Amino acid sequence: MSTLVFIETSEGKIRNSSLEAVCYAHAMGGSVTAIVLGPADGAEVQSLGKYGAQKVLHASDAKLEHGIAQVYASVLTQAMKDENADVLVLASSSLATPVAAKVAVKTGASFASNVVEVPNTSNGFVVRRSIYTGKAFAHVELKNQKKVIAIRKNAAEVKEMGGSAEVVTYSPALNEHDFNTAILSTEKATGDILLPEAEIVVSGGRGLKGPEHWGILEELAKTLHAATGCSKPVSDLGWRPHHEHVGQTGVKVAPQLYIAIGISGAIQHLAGVNSSKCIVVINKDADAPFFKAADYGIVGDAFDVIPKLTAAIKAAIG
Amino acid sequence: MKILVCISHVPDTTSKINFVENNMKFDTAGVQFIIGPYDDYALARAIELKEANPGTTVTVINVGITDTEPTIRKALAIGADDAIRVNAEPTDSFFVAEQIAEHAKGFDLILMGRESIDYNSGVVHAMVGDLLGLPSVSPVMKLEVEGIKVKMTREIEGGKEMIEANLPLVAGCQEPIAEWKIPNMRGIMSARTKPLKVVEAKATQSQVALQKFELPAPKGAVKMISADNVAELVTRLKNEAKVL
Repeated sequence: MSTLVFIETSEGKIRNSSLEAVCYAHAMGGSVTAIVLGPADGAEVQSLGKYGAQKVLHASDAKLEHGIAQVYASVLTQAMKDENADVLVLASSSLATPVAAKVAVKTGASFASNVVEVPNTSNGFVVRRSIYTGKAFAHVELKNQKKVIAIRKNAAEVKEMGGSAEVVTYSPALNEHDFNTAILSTEKATGDILLPEAEIVVSGGRGLKGPEHWGILEELAKTLHAATGCSKPVSDLGWRPHHEHVGQTGVKVAPQLYIAIGISGAIQHLAGVNSSKCIVVINKDADAPFFKAADYGIVGDAFDVIPKLTAAIKAAIG
Repeated sequence: MKILVCISHVPDTTSKINFVENNMKFDTAGVQFIIGPYDDYALARAIELKEANPGTTVTVINVGITDTEPTIRKALAIGADDAIRVNAEPTDSFFVAEQIAEHAKGFDLILMGRESIDYNSGVVHAMVGDLLGLPSVSPVMKLEVEGIKVKMTREIEGGKEMIEANLPLVAGCQEPIAEWKIPNMRGIMSARTKPLKVVEAKATQSQVALQKFELPAPKGAVKMISADNVAELVTRLKNEAKVL
């Protein structure tokens, strides 16, 4: 089996989720070729070898700097053909998931997104994917020899294996017709840990009483190297931007640790966090439904507990 | 302008998920079905565009068996002009995309939710765009039409992108593109007589096969810690849960 892995970059750096995709492909067995589109740091590209890629195609054409789904899909379809790849693996994202779907259409491949673990190939090629917004799983057989798999966070363990990759310059033919959407501008929080990729998430709800109180939550997040999230009411009220809204109609997260403060735990919020390994709920209402879904709970006032928690973490882990 | 809104018929967000028939079928007992919440945003934006641009029509399409008709009628009550139901079980994203693409030719704007909340694949818009050779953009939080130009804001990880493309195009929508609309009595009455065309599905070769559904393992009981002993929480997170 020959697998191609699409590598997504953010400000020239390779995203952690893409390293996970390389490790996933490596765990599947067979040969692994990674492909990087647009300008990227040379050392970063080279480092993909350590995670299990034997070869890296780098198409550094400046026209590929901005991710346009149609353009990327055509290039990946071409690369699958050039490399004789049977499988394309990508880490789900706002860019990679539509790209994956388009490649599947172009190649006639079997497609699955939100895949949560390495395929079971004991009888056919079966992937386990998350459905009903994390409330269930489906085991789906990918019947075609060609397959496109979009994985979800934690589908594979990110680890360095110490190999090295041959980096090859790749110059695909670009189809002008694919440049049919123009990205006029981008607004992005820089330097922050991306919420969907974070290993620890600290979220606040209406219990924090107003946007002016987010400082203590951010301080706790900084101490934990965590991303900050929020509940739907908080984003609806404009206290926090929509891309921080965690839940059914917002971002779905799957961190090692999710800390919810002043969030009652509506079922729609739980749908966005139920893939977390460990959930801590802090709420002054002992009857808040969120406690039923938590691993650890503290009944207490956010303004009392948050500073104490920040201090306790500083004392414990420095 | 001709707008097509693709709607899914999905369990209400508060539904308990269970399976029957050896974990091969979703248990619909006691479950209330709704227009997919993201599709509902797409529909609301389509109705706003219709109200602002005289001569605009809104058609809804759903791939589903007879059971989905009340959901389709609700979309008509909200303000769509007519509807198409492709008479088939929506088995996978590609199947649904093929059915929609079959009926989407001639529309200027094809809107739907960013994903359905049952299978969550989030790719039907991308597939329909590819099948029709049209641009597709998702998830769209803002969409303005000026002549044939469409200006959109798309959510990306940690921020947003401002995008421009020409009609015809496909967009996967999410909040806050428009406020959900609640049908009024007049809408509900008129929906009964609006045209709902039932068509048979185009035969396609499915590339995937469901083997079984599975529910996650039940969660253990919550361990409560006193607010006066926050250090214990940190110790437990470190030594017991091993997440610090």
